[in-house]
Amino acid sequence: MKTLAELAAIREKMKDKVALREEGSAATRIVVGMATCGIAAGARPVLNTFVEEVSKAGLLDKVMVTQTGCIGICQYEPVVEVYTPSGKVTYVKVTPEKAKRIVEEHIKGGKVITEYTIGNK
Amino acid sequence: MIRSHVLICAGSGCTSSKSLYVKEALEKELVRHHLEDEIKVVQTGCFGLCALGPIMIIYPEGTFYSMVTVEDVPEIVEEHLLKGRVVTRLTYKDPAKEEESGPTSLSDTLFFKKQKRVALRNCGVINPENIDEYIAMDGYTALGKVLTEMTPEQVIQVIKDSGLRGRGGGGFPTGMKWQFAANNQADQKYVVCNADEGDPGAFMDRSILEGDPHSVLEAMAIAGYAIGANEGYIYVRAEYPIAIQRLQIAIDQARKYNLLGKNIFNSGFDFDIYLRFGAGAFVCGEETALLTSIEGHRGEPRPRPPFPAVKGLFGKPTIINNVETYANIPEIINKGAEWFQAMGTEKSKGTKVFALGGKIRHTGLVEIPMGTTLREIVYEIGGGIPGGKKFKAAQTGGPSGGCIPASLIDTPVDYDTLTAIGSMMGSGGLIVMDEDNCMVDIAKFFLRFTVDESCGKCVPCRIGTRRMLEILDRITEGKGEEGDIEKLEEMGYSIKATALCGLGQTAPNPVLSTIRYFRDEYEAHIKEKRCPAHVCKALAQYSINPELCKGCSLCAKKCPVGAISGELKKTYVIDVSKCIKCGVCMEVCKFGAVEKK
Repeated sequence: MKTLAELAAIREKMKDKVALREEGSAATRIVVGMATCGIAAGARPVLNTFVEEVSKAGLLDKVMVTQTGCIGICQYEPVVEVYTPSGKVTYVKVTPEKAKRIVEEHIKGGKVITEYTIGNK
Repeated sequence: MIRSHVLICAGSGCTSSKSLYVKEALEKELVRHHLEDEIKVVQTGCFGLCALGPIMIIYPEGTFYSMVTVEDVPEIVEEHLLKGRVVTRLTYKDPAKEEESGPTSLSDTLFFKKQKRVALRNCGVINPENIDEYIAMDGYTALGKVLTEMTPEQVIQVIKDSGLRGRGGGGFPTGMKWQFAANNQADQKYVVCNADEGDPGAFMDRSILEGDPHSVLEAMAIAGYAIGANEGYIYVRAEYPIAIQRLQIAIDQARKYNLLGKNIFNSGFDFDIYLRFGAGAFVCGEETALLTSIEGHRGEPRPRPPFPAVKGLFGKPTIINNVETYANIPEIINKGAEWFQAMGTEKSKGTKVFALGGKIRHTGLVEIPMGTTLREIVYEIGGGIPGGKKFKAAQTGGPSGGCIPASLIDTPVDYDTLTAIGSMMGSGGLIVMDEDNCMVDIAKFFLRFTVDESCGKCVPCRIGTRRMLEILDRITEGKGEEGDIEKLEEMGYSIKATALCGLGQTAPNPVLSTIRYFRDEYEAHIKEKRCPAHVCKALAQYSINPELCKGCSLCAKKCPVGAISGELKKTYVIDVSKCIKCGVCMEVCKFGAVEKK
């Protein structure tokens, strides 16, 4: 490579790939229930969609997407809990399409999608 | 889409604990569960908690698994990676917290909380064999900045302003060293990296070379630009095969990206780096002996002046810096001198990497801001002394250093405070000793090492240290004489003043420092022929406890010199004058009746 611009290009491309290792308190966490009930209800595609969307939004180093075990409300799986500085929101019966909306409106836009939450059932 | 990274340490420590087999098993298991497109396995450099290897860290959660075996892998994949349930039996437990406080994240552990990783910033985070990952962490930005926006004088000024001092042990201001070399005009100059880490127990440089080799390459190129050199040499000891391999891969990758070679970043600046290997001589870690070795001669030091910055490798102006010193340079360029100055103490800026060893729970690597107290290092970061034993002393600086007794445990660690109490920072080896260590024996251990490694060129070291060792041998064998301590002191101070190089000048330090703080132990060995810590075999007194002895006569039968006598079913007795202290009687006694004092 001959220019600083080329170096910067490699850096930008790779930053996302190592962003997952950013140690530190992620202010926002998206926790997807991945117990047997969750997996059976289709939580894995949901988890993967969250990771993809957060990565596309360039937020992989600020938003942690992770799994957890059985939350307890198995009939509502896939369950996703979103923790932000303003509190915790529990979304139920999440699908990959809903996941995309959650990232767009809640994570990026800061607005809870109440129709998807547990309180709405 | 990758949703998780699993980092496995591939430093020398964990590799010898089979971490690479764990990695293989993990990759197989991921394929079996069809997770290979979601989970990325990354091998990294040293995390620092070497006593608990193999280490595995799972991101984004930052879950920290220790002592992972191949058998644990299926459970980790099924429970954690698939279902998100942390395998608590494998997570690192903070010894300070008694109850299982739940899955600990890396940065929550007492071990990491007090550390400030600057030189080790990428170790345990990136794959050292992938230059792109180094670039992702802002690698080579400093070199780019230097070549396109700064003059050599400006670069030297930043390093001077930062207050960075040599991390190899000398503590000489790095900026000043570069300035001297820059000032000398010559047709050729050199940049050398001292990677001949020879102190027993020290592996700071090894971890940086294995975990983040590019940081050293980048720094050397920056140094070359600053002083006007186009060639660099890394002198790495042959006992570090993984480091050598990683360095070669890194150099090849950097050359491929034209970050080494001709006309870097179109600036007109050329720089390339070559490797040279040490062959097992401790003295070749001494700067002039090292240069002599690169030149193809037997490693022997040269008198100074002239200093290497004036007349060094092949007689040309040369700067020679330690691995850890270089590892700091890119960060200082990127973040500025003030950022570096904000850490540390008034005269010792920045951080220092220490290799903790000896009687301590967390044997491994730590990086802390200068000024952290020894108490914090031993008890908070180090996890304390195992077995509830009492802290006796800490040895810093390896065979060139001295010991810090328990009474001085609240000393803040920096270059000048350590020198003031008779020790020295050294390269960063820190050996912790407890009540079961004999300080005379420790001094003998270090002196035996330096006597072995003396190149022989000057009389004070070649003959003087050997005579000192002979006195120590006599003392630990129960043949110490009145006046021995004074002789050791006199010889020690003379050798320090007259030896040709740092090896000889510092060889007496462990002896002088243990005499200073533990004179009573020396006196006990000499006057009472007694070793208070019960270490020196020749001074051990074996005796039979009459209350426990059943008179079975087994010890008498096994004694090689017939020193035990008695009648069957009656108490047996050891004749101390005949006893050769082999300990067989204690080994064979089924009633624990033989005691050692």
